[in-house]
Amino acid sequence: MNTSSFHPSTDPEDQLAGFEPAVRPPTFEPSDVSYVVEDTPIGRMLLARNASGAMVASSFTPDTDAEDAVLERLSRAVSPRVLRMPAALDDVRHQLDDYLHGRLREFSVRTDLVLATDFQRVVLPRLAASVHYGERATYGELATRVSRPSAARAVGAALGANPLCVLLPCHRVVASSGALTGYAGGLAAKEYLLDLESSTA
Amino acid sequence: MGVRLPPFQHLVDAHWRDVARLAHALAGPVDGDDVAQQAWAQALAAYPRLRSTTNLRSWLLTITHRCAMDAHRGRARRAVPHDDPASLAAAPATVAAADSALPDTDLWRRVGELPDRQREAVALKYVADLDHPTIAKALGCSPAMSRRLISDALATLRKDLP
Repeated sequence: MNTSSFHPSTDPEDQLAGFEPAVRPPTFEPSDVSYVVEDTPIGRMLLARNASGAMVASSFTPDTDAEDAVLERLSRAVSPRVLRMPAALDDVRHQLDDYLHGRLREFSVRTDLVLATDFQRVVLPRLAASVHYGERATYGELATRVSRPSAARAVGAALGANPLCVLLPCHRVVASSGALTGYAGGLAAKEYLLDLESSTA
Repeated sequence: MGVRLPPFQHLVDAHWRDVARLAHALAGPVDGDDVAQQAWAQALAAYPRLRSTTNLRSWLLTITHRCAMDAHRGRARRAVPHDDPASLAAAPATVAAADSALPDTDLWRRVGELPDRQREAVALKYVADLDHPTIAKALGCSPAMSRRLISDALATLRKDLP
């Protein structure tokens, strides 16, 4: 007499589907894009670098939707081989930590503006080269420095979508009134960065 | 315009457990982790050339199955001495020895004693939860044959239930 119907767990089909061996996740070597998501004093940030080690993203990602949006952009613009590799970002995380605690004034990392627009590729390097630690500039001044004196608004938009926040210091650019206006990481983050730089400059 | 491939990490996060379960079911606890690791390396290498994202899970599990079969064949080859014709007759016993590395439960021991293709079909169906067209493709047979393999396997497994 077959009694197995009274004990569902003894049916091979159920037992086979319930197969739960002790398993461990795969490990990878750094591939085309390595990233880490890091909690910092100015918010949750996603840091990513390409295979050559150049930084391709340093973005504020308050939630997983924001995180996924950056990863999708990297997947399209650089390579879909995008892997979470905290160790591959160790040096940048340490530099960022030192910077955010006033122990470091300049980052020594290479950057790649692969996620930037053509206009951002003009504005952001000019910004990094001309507005130094502890200094401030206005959107109009930066527009003049890239030979587009009437493009203050476009400069504002270019900085607002900076793919390399903090590393390329868009937080140092403020309104001509002196108001902080906007920042991808929120005004509190911008204020933190400007206060930090003015107190340790 | 090519397909929009999701970041590879999303595949890892979503499917690493299923890949590992199938690898363990096919290759046993000793080789399971290696097979899974190898499957991920192959998937990562091939990923940018992928032309469809409609069933990434099936794609990963099919690669896992192939890696497990390669490991199985490699193991069987290594285990057969070439200079002794008599040992060729003993080859099935060698394969059975490799299979005995399956999970140490009564049922899985008996799964390990099934003919190779029945054993593979059972793992692809019940551990990997794949459909018959996908199982058939992985095994290189028709969906009708993959159904047959599974019903034969279940009949054997049910035959001497306590």
